Amino acid sequence: MAEFIHDHIQPYFNYWVYVIIMMIGLWALIAKNNLIKKLIGLSIFQTAIILFYVSMGVKDGATIPILGHHGSSPPASEHRLFEDLDEEEPKKAHGKPVDHHAADDEHGEDHTHGHAGHHKTNPDLIANPLPHVLMLTAIVVGVATLGVALAISQMIFKEFGSLEEDEILEEIKASASDG
Amino acid sequence: MENTVNSLLPVWACLASLLAVPLIVIFRKEIFLREMSTLLAGVVKLGFVLMMLPIILEGKTIVTELVPGISGINVPIVFRVDALGMIFALVASSLWIATSIYAIGYMRGLNEHSQTRFFAFFALSLSATLGVAFAGNLLTLYLFYEMLSLSTWPLVTHHQDKEARGGGRTYLSYLLGTSVAFAIPAILFTYLKADGDLSFSGPAILAGSDMGFLPAVLLLLAFAFGFSKAGLMPFHSWLPGAMVAPTPVSALLHAVAVVKVGVFCVIRVVTGVFGIDLLGKFGANLVLCWIAAFTVIVSSLIALSQDNLKRRLAFSTIGQLSYIVLGVALLHELAIKGSVLHIAAHAVGKITLFFCAGAIFVATGKKYISQMAGLGKQMPFTFAAFFLGSLGVIGLPPSIGLISKFHLLLGAAEAGQVALMVVFLISTILNAAYFLPISYEAFFPKKDSEGDLVNTKFQWSGVKEAPLACVIPLCVTASLTVGLFFFPGLLLELADLFVGSVKP
Amino acid sequence: MVDQIPAVLVLAPLFGALLIGLIGHRDHRVCFPIALASLSVTFFGAIAAAQHVFTNGPMDYFVGGWEKPLGIGIHLRIDALNALLLIAIATVAVLVTFFSIRRVGEKNTEKTHYFYILFLLLCLGLFGITIAADAFNLFVLIEVSSLTSYGLIAMGSSRSGTYAAFNYVLMGTVGASFYLLGVGYLYLTTGSLNMQDIHTILGSNPEIAQSKAVTIAFIFILVGIWIKMAFFPLYGWLPNAYSYSPSSTACFLAPLMTKISVYVMIRVMISVFGLEWIFVSLGWSHLVVWLAVIAILAGSVLALAQREIKKMLCYLIVAEVGYMVGGAWLADEGLWGMTGALYHILADAAMTLCLFLAAGIFVKRFRAREISDLEGMFRKAPWVMAAFVIGALAMIGVPPTCGFFSKFYLIRGGLDAGHWEYVGALLISSLINAVLFFRIFEIAFFGNKPAEGHDHSHDPHETEELPVASNEAPPVWSGNLPLFATAVIIILLGIYNGPVVALIRTFLEELPIVASSL
Repeated sequence: MAEFIHDHIQPYFNYWVYVIIMMIGLWALIAKNNLIKKLIGLSIFQTAIILFYVSMGVKDGATIPILGHHGSSPPASEHRLFEDLDEEEPKKAHGKPVDHHAADDEHGEDHTHGHAGHHKTNPDLIANPLPHVLMLTAIVVGVATLGVALAISQMIFKEFGSLEEDEILEEIKASASDG
Repeated sequence: MENTVNSLLPVWACLASLLAVPLIVIFRKEIFLREMSTLLAGVVKLGFVLMMLPIILEGKTIVTELVPGISGINVPIVFRVDALGMIFALVASSLWIATSIYAIGYMRGLNEHSQTRFFAFFALSLSATLGVAFAGNLLTLYLFYEMLSLSTWPLVTHHQDKEARGGGRTYLSYLLGTSVAFAIPAILFTYLKADGDLSFSGPAILAGSDMGFLPAVLLLLAFAFGFSKAGLMPFHSWLPGAMVAPTPVSALLHAVAVVKVGVFCVIRVVTGVFGIDLLGKFGANLVLCWIAAFTVIVSSLIALSQDNLKRRLAFSTIGQLSYIVLGVALLHELAIKGSVLHIAAHAVGKITLFFCAGAIFVATGKKYISQMAGLGKQMPFTFAAFFLGSLGVIGLPPSIGLISKFHLLLGAAEAGQVALMVVFLISTILNAAYFLPISYEAFFPKKDSEGDLVNTKFQWSGVKEAPLACVIPLCVTASLTVGLFFFPGLLLELADLFVGSVKP
Repeated sequence: MVDQIPAVLVLAPLFGALLIGLIGHRDHRVCFPIALASLSVTFFGAIAAAQHVFTNGPMDYFVGGWEKPLGIGIHLRIDALNALLLIAIATVAVLVTFFSIRRVGEKNTEKTHYFYILFLLLCLGLFGITIAADAFNLFVLIEVSSLTSYGLIAMGSSRSGTYAAFNYVLMGTVGASFYLLGVGYLYLTTGSLNMQDIHTILGSNPEIAQSKAVTIAFIFILVGIWIKMAFFPLYGWLPNAYSYSPSSTACFLAPLMTKISVYVMIRVMISVFGLEWIFVSLGWSHLVVWLAVIAILAGSVLALAQREIKKMLCYLIVAEVGYMVGGAWLADEGLWGMTGALYHILADAAMTLCLFLAAGIFVKRFRAREISDLEGMFRKAPWVMAAFVIGALAMIGVPPTCGFFSKFYLIRGGLDAGHWEYVGALLISSLINAVLFFRIFEIAFFGNKPAEGHDHSHDPHETEELPVASNEAPPVWSGNLPLFATAVIIILLGIYNGPVVALIRTFLEELPIVASSL
C-alpha cells in the first residue's frame, strides 16, 4: 500500500486532486436537482481544470516568472521564447517549426530545463508562466459562462417559478399536453 | 473510335419541355395559352429530335458534356444520342403531342381540378424521359431516372383522395426503394470495378473485367430489379397501383415513358455496362431470361382475370415489358433488334388502348370490361382503334407488333432457346385471349348492357363518342400501329444501327 | 492586402457588433445594414482568401507579429481545408441575415440590436474556430461561439426554450472543458500549443507519440468535440435547444454549429495528431465507425418518431453528424471517406439551412409547427414547399442535389475500407429519410384525411386561387429570398461537385498518409 502511494500517488498528487475535484463537480452537475447547484458543480468542474493547468507550471524551488531589469536576476522569463524568436524571425510564416523544443519531461514539471538559454538564466528557477496565462483566459471564459447561465436560470425562475429540475420538467410536460 | 458530333441539340430537346413548365405556371389563369404552351413545347421538342435524326442515321453519335468530369474524382453529366436513344426519344416526343391533345380533351371533359399542376409536371416528366434517352453514362441515366420517379408522383396522385394516396405510396416506395437498395449499390460497384468510368461510349463498361459467374449474375439482377420501372416480377406491383392516375398519365407514362425508361435502362445495362461478350461467356443472361419469361406468363394469366380495363392493361404492360427484357437478355442480334422495335411497337399499341379506356370513361363513365358489351355501336371509332391497338400488342398483322415479335421469336430460335420461344408463343395466345374478346363483345354482344337481346341495328344517331380531342389522338395512334407495319423502314434502320454498335 | 484577410474575417464582425452596440439601441433599423455590411466584408474576404489559398498555398497570419512557436501567440491559418468552409459560413451568415430582417424584432424591437450583436459575435467565433491554428485559441473561440449561441437560444419566447438553453450551457461547457483538459495534456507532453508544432513534435518523437498521456489527450479532446457536435450518445442537448430557439437563430446554428465541430474534429485529427497516428497507432477507427453507424440509425429512427417539424430536422442532424464522423474515420486508403465527410460538411450546411429556413417560414406565416399542420401547404405556399422539397430530396440523396454526391463519396470510402455496416447504414438512413419526407409531402399534398373518392366537382378556376386565410401572414421577400437561394445552391453544389471535391482532394492528397501504408 505504502509502495503504491509512493509510486503512484505521491508523484502525481496534483493530478489525483484535480481528478477528484473534477468528479465532484461532474457529480453535482449530473445528480443535483437544483439548477443553481448544477451551476456550482459546473464551476467546480472548471476550477478543477484550472487547478490542473496551474499545477503543471509549478517547479520545486522556482520563483514567479517576473522579468527583472535587462534580463538580470530574478531570471528572465522563459528563455525558450527568445531563443525561438531569434531563429524564426527572418523566416516569417513559412518557417518550419524547429524540433528542439520537444519536451523531454512527460510530467511537465519543467519541460524547459534541457535547453541552454542564450540569456544566461536558469530556467529551473522560474515557474512556467504559460499555463497561468492560459488560465487567466479560461477563468474569464468561465466567469462569462457562469454569468450567462445565471441569467438564463433567472429567466427560468421567472417563467416556471422554480429552480428545481423535476418541477420544471413537469411544467413543460403539462403545458405540452395542454396544447 | 466512334464517330461523334458535338451539338447542343439534345440539350435543347430536353429543355423544350422544361422551359414549358414556367410558361404553364405563368398562364395558369389563361387556359387556352396554357394548353398552347404545352402543345408548342411538344412540337418544338419533336422538331429538335427530328433535327438530330439525320446525324444519327449517318451512323454518328451526338455528344454534349453538360458538366465536365474531373478524372478520378467525379463522373461527368453527359448527353450522348445513339440509335437506341433516338428511337426512344422519337417515340416519347411524338406520342407526347398526341397525349397532350388527348389530355386537354380528357381533363376538360371531366372538369378535373389542378390542371396547371398536371400539365406542368407532365412537361417536367417528359424532360426527364428524354434525359434518360440521351444519357451518356450511368450516372446521368440514374439522375434522370430518379427525376422521372419524383416528377410523376404528383401525376399519379392527381386525384388527391385516399385511393390516390395508397397508389402513390406503392408507386414511390417501389421505385425509390429498389433504386436505393439495388441500383445505387450496383452503380457504385460498377464505378469501383471500372475505375471511375461509367460512360456508355466505346466498349461496354465492364467488358474487360474479370468477373466470375456469381458476381455477374448478382450485379445484373441488382440492376434489373433496381431499375424496377421495367416491371420485372416480383417488383411489379407499383404498376397496377399507379393506375389510379388520370388516364392520360397512365397512357403516356405507364405505357410509354416510365415503363419504357425501365426497359431502356435494362437494355443499356446489358449492352453498355456488361457487354454481350461478358454476359454470354457465363450464360449469366439466362437467369434474367427466365425471370423475364416467368413475368411474361404470370402477368398474362393475371391480366386474364382482371375486370377493370385499366388494370388489365397494366398487367399486359408488365408482360410486354418482360418481352423486351427477355429479348435483350437473349443476347442474340435478332432478339435485341426485336426488343428495340418492340419499344416502339408496344408504345403505339398500348397508348392507343389506354386512350380508348380513357375515352370510354369520359363518354360513359364505365371502367369495367363486363360493362362494355355492346358499346361498339355507341363508340365505333374508339372500339375500332381498340381493336387495332390490341392487334399491335398481340403481334398480329397488320401491325408493327408483328414485326417486333417476329424478330424476338427468330432471335430466340437462333439462340437455341426453344423453351423461351415457346414462352413467346404461349404468351401471344394469352394476349389474344385477354384482348380480343373485349372488342368482339363490344361490337357483337350476346346481350347489351341493359340486358335486352341485341341485334339492334347500328345507327349514326346512336353514336356518342368522347370529345373530339380524345378521339382524334387515339385514331392517330391506332393508324400509326398499322402504318408502321407498312413503313417500318426508319425503325428498322435505327434498330440495325444500334445492334451493329453493340455486336460482339 | 490579401495578407490581412485572416484578421479581417474576425475583425469585421467584431466591429460590426461594437457599432451596433453603440448605436443600435437608438434605432433598430440601423442594425440590419451594419450586420449585412460587416458580413459582406467577410463574404468577399472569404472568397478572396480561398482564391489566394488555391493558387498560392496556405496563408498564415500572426496577430501582433508574434510568430510561432511562442507559446501563446495567436496564429491564424487559412489552408485548403478551411477555405471552402469559410465561404460556407459567410454565405450562410449573409442568407440568415436577410432571413432575420423582419423576424427578429417583430414583437419587441428593443431586443433587435441584442440579436444582431450576438449574431455577429457568433460569426466571429465561427470564423475564428475555422482559422485558428492554435489549440488553446481554438478553445477560446469555441467558447465565444458557444456563449453567444446560449444567448441567442435563450432569446426565444418559448418557456421550454429557456430550459433547453440552460441544458445546452451545461453540456456545452462540459464539452469545452473536456477539450481544454485534452489540450492541457498535449501541452504537458509536447510543450507547445501550436497545432503545426504539436504535429511535428509528435511526428518526430515516437516515444512521446506513443505515450499514454497523448492518447488520453486525444480521448479528452475527442469527447469534448463530440459533445459539441452532438455525436450519438452525447446528442441530448441538441433537439430541444434548436427546436425551441427563434427561427433565425435555429437557421444559423443548425447548419453551422455541428458542422464546425466536425471540422474541428477533422482538423485536430489531421493537423494535430496526424492520420497515421490515429488510424495506425491508435487503431480504433472500427469502433468509431460502429458508433457512427449507431448514430446514423438512431438519429433516423428518432426522427421518424417526431411530430414537430423542427424536432424531426434536429434528429436528422444527429444522423448527419454520424455520416460525417463515420466518413472521417473510415481510414480507407484513398481517403474518400474523409473527402466525403468534408464535402458533406458543405452539402449538409446547405440542405439543413434550406430545411430550417422553410420550417421557419412555415411557423412564421402559417403557425405550422407540427407535421400535421402542413396540410395543404403545396397549395398555400407552392414556392416555399418547392424549396423544401429540394432540401428534402438532398437529405434523401436524390441526384443532382449535393446530398446524393456526398453519399456517393462516403459510400465509396466505405466500400474501399470494407466497412459494409457503414454503407448499409447510409442506405437505410436514405430510405428512412425518404419515408420521413414523403410522409410530409403526402400531408402537404393530400391533407391529413383525404377524401374517400375523388370529386370531379372542383372548379378548376376556384381551387387554383391562393386562399389567404386570416391568420396567415403575407409572404415576405426577405424570408423567401434566402430560401430560394439555398435551394439553388443545393443543386449547383451537387452538379458542380467535381471542382469542389477536387479542391478538397488537393489538400488531402498532400497528406503523407495517402502515400504511406494504411
